Amino acid sequence: MSATGIGAAVRRKEDFRFITGKGQYTDDVTRPGECRAVFVRSPHAHANIKSIDTSEAKAMPGVLAVLTGADLANDKIGSLICGWMIHSKDGTPMKMAPHPAIAAGKVNHVGDAVAVVIAATQAQGRDAAEKVNVEYEPLTPVIDLAQAKSGQQIHALAPNNTIYEWSIGDARATEAAFAKAKHVTTLDIVNNRLAPNAIEPRAALAEYDAGTDQLTLWNTSQNPHVARLVIAAFVGMAPEHKLRVIAPDVGGGFGSKIFIYPEEVVCLWAARKIGRPVKWTADRSEAFLTDAHGRDHITHAELALDEHGKILALRAHTIANLGAYMSTFSSSVPTYLYATLLSGQYDIPQIYCEVDAVYTNTVPVDAYRGAGRPEATFVVERLVEVAARELGLDPTELRKRNFIKSFPHQTPVIMAYDGGDYNASLKKAMEIADVKGFNKRKREAARRGKLRGLGYSTYIEACGIAPSQAVGSLGAGVGLWESAEVRVNPTGSVEVLTGSHAHGQGHETTFAQLVSERLGIPFENVSIVHGDTDKVQFGMGTYGSRSGAVGMSAIVKALDKIEAKAKKVASHMLEAAEGDIEFKDGKFTVAGTDKTAAWGDVALNAYVAHKFSGQDLEPGLKETSFYDPTNFTFPAGCHICELEVDAETGKTEIVKWTAVDDFGTVINPMIVEGQVHGGIAQGVGQAMLERVIYDKDGQLVTGSMMDYTMPRAHDLPSFTVGLTETKSPSNPLGIKGCGESGAIAAPAAVINALTDAIGTEQLAMPATANAVWSALQHTRSPQAEIPPQAA
Amino acid sequence: MPAVSMTVNGKAVSGDVEARTLLVQFLRENLRLTGTHVGCDTSQCGACVVHLDGIAAKSCTTLALQCEGANITTIEGLAEQGGPLHPMQEAFRDNHGLQCGFCTPGMIMAALDIVRRKGNDLDEHTIREQLDGNICRCTGYHNIVKAIKAGAKAMGESGGVRQAAE
Repeated sequence: MSATGIGAAVRRKEDFRFITGKGQYTDDVTRPGECRAVFVRSPHAHANIKSIDTSEAKAMPGVLAVLTGADLANDKIGSLICGWMIHSKDGTPMKMAPHPAIAAGKVNHVGDAVAVVIAATQAQGRDAAEKVNVEYEPLTPVIDLAQAKSGQQIHALAPNNTIYEWSIGDARATEAAFAKAKHVTTLDIVNNRLAPNAIEPRAALAEYDAGTDQLTLWNTSQNPHVARLVIAAFVGMAPEHKLRVIAPDVGGGFGSKIFIYPEEVVCLWAARKIGRPVKWTADRSEAFLTDAHGRDHITHAELALDEHGKILALRAHTIANLGAYMSTFSSSVPTYLYATLLSGQYDIPQIYCEVDAVYTNTVPVDAYRGAGRPEATFVVERLVEVAARELGLDPTELRKRNFIKSFPHQTPVIMAYDGGDYNASLKKAMEIADVKGFNKRKREAARRGKLRGLGYSTYIEACGIAPSQAVGSLGAGVGLWESAEVRVNPTGSVEVLTGSHAHGQGHETTFAQLVSERLGIPFENVSIVHGDTDKVQFGMGTYGSRSGAVGMSAIVKALDKIEAKAKKVASHMLEAAEGDIEFKDGKFTVAGTDKTAAWGDVALNAYVAHKFSGQDLEPGLKETSFYDPTNFTFPAGCHICELEVDAETGKTEIVKWTAVDDFGTVINPMIVEGQVHGGIAQGVGQAMLERVIYDKDGQLVTGSMMDYTMPRAHDLPSFTVGLTETKSPSNPLGIKGCGESGAIAAPAAVINALTDAIGTEQLAMPATANAVWSALQHTRSPQAEIPPQAA
Repeated sequence: MPAVSMTVNGKAVSGDVEARTLLVQFLRENLRLTGTHVGCDTSQCGACVVHLDGIAAKSCTTLALQCEGANITTIEGLAEQGGPLHPMQEAFRDNHGLQCGFCTPGMIMAALDIVRRKGNDLDEHTIREQLDGNICRCTGYHNIVKAIKAGAKAMGESGGVRQAAE
């Protein structure tokens, strides 16, 4: 392994601009004549719009326009869409309600836009927005997820607020398995609603060139080409070739910046309408009201076991909140990204899962780091841990009895796992975590008045999304391949134009490591270009832990083509047969001789083209690949959480976190560990701190970082991260992916540890100090009422 | 509109601002120093931290007019163009203390203030407590803590030391 090749902890190229404050995030970009968009948003969760009077606002200083949903409809701007078709059990398609970028007629969540002020400055825009007079007729809001189906109907096309009633698995065979069970563990689980809260708020800057009829959008997007396609073809803003989308530096995404939102649509429309660039940047309160939230499931789950603790079946019924409108990928998250992972690491013969997706008068819900897999892992790992406790078995023993041991393994829920060694990760994690010494540490903690607990989460996920044919057959409207163009310059340096996008993942470094090692050229001579639809061929973007498995595979395929062509050029230069040319460490050699040509010379010759005629070999050295993966990849591992609870206050301190993950081939271990750290932090946030709360009137109570608890440094320990490696057989590099694993594994590990510490399963996420303390009181006097969680 | 004058990164600057203009807006929009970021609106996230007369301050909660005659240092002021980086900046790169980079300027400015007040030999617990006013969503803080510890130590060795004020 070289100092800058695959497997090296190379320091990141992108860091220089970030540590010196020279990053270019969307709000940093300014265009001449730029003005600002300020949205007027509904204060009601559910209401008819009776009238909008913009006259006073229009007269305010600096105001260029005040536009409404009626103006948008008049200009024939179409609806935002959800791009993944899901059918109900009875075959009917999901009920996708219209989602105009500015509400017209009716508002469906607090924060739903009803008008936009375009003004010379932000301050002028805000002043004018306050003068827009909207008359509402409030309607009964539907907020409580459990009651959503019987609430006031929100959208005309969705009776009982039901979007779909979907299922997977064999209901009858599962029922039969349950009938034979010697033990059934039952859990009612709430997977708490979360706000992704990337620290950079969403932003959009749109510009129209009347001379060329060209629109340009700078946007905080994880997938600029997808944004371009949706906004052009589905929203109907402009022909695709007349719209350029640039996603510059993006300050975190975690899924929330995948989706196409109203704000960028409105900015584009307004910029063309008024003839000046229009910029919008969310403030944090606005982000809470408009960024897609995550999770929000209620699940009734059951696990059937025989007398030996062997799992016979798993059954779950989930109600999933998709919010007021169906966001871009929303339908897929509680179905194909969730239920297909309900086998976990275990050999479970029968699984049946029903998912009812519903509308409520809340912000739309869509993928958030893990997207369905944290929800699945929490169900499986809680069921297994509780089953072990009920059966009097060590939780690792129950797991070991049920781990899948032979591969490939076809689960009852579509996924066929290609390879893994779950025992190995569990064993390694237990050693690193010194599980053997736990009881001693527990006794020592008790002497200090603390309750110590240990919890496991042996998770698996499906990522590297995804084989296009497979997801197409499941309803996806797009293929999930990835693209790469490798451009060798005449001077031998290389640019890789990747359809992936980096918003923290370090692609400028890791992708360069791959290219540098393969071509034998210095790491400094490789540039990675992404994020601009004018520069980069169509790509699907970054999410679902796919940029390694799919994005890098596209680069490998393009590099294969580069090598093949370069050998042709070399063969002309060295006057040898093409088949005799070998390429290693940046040098082309005629086999069995000392005749060589250096990379730089071959590159130059390709463009100078003196040594060959353009008829048998085209000049140039640039190749493209669109790579479609052959399967999902299946990272898996074991996280062990050890924590201490202060029984007097319920305050919990995580004292040790151990993660042993199998990500297949690791390009840069420093970056991979960083991804695990960040994911664990978000998982701990879900488990102990975070929850989006709406009151019964649909007002967002947790509408700022003052009220929504973001994890801080003192909420978290340092982490011990170990790796095992079984290469993925599904892509040329053997990469499985790592970005979401921490968020997927962590919540179950925390709650398993907490319930172990306090001796009751009656504990919901987030397990705040109040929740833990209340649960403890209940164990001491079971008749005592558990105070309801705040709001 | 009232005028304001101050020194930013060693240079005298002035501009016309509204009374309600925040320091972070003055820096980003008037002076085009976009390294200082806005991540929240309740003063929690710390992406906006700068030094105001040598002390860390949240520029989102400071009015530009409050800074009349003040000495401001932003992330852009830590290193000369083309010159060596500040040891704390190097430490963040060396320890992978950033991913998306958005919280990073505020983290670095806050870290320098921790060193000013707590010295060059910082332990993990102290660093974690002192970062209460800085939120990162990407890193899980593990490497930020490592970076600050290393940066503080390097500052001590290179003579960029302040005796602990507390």
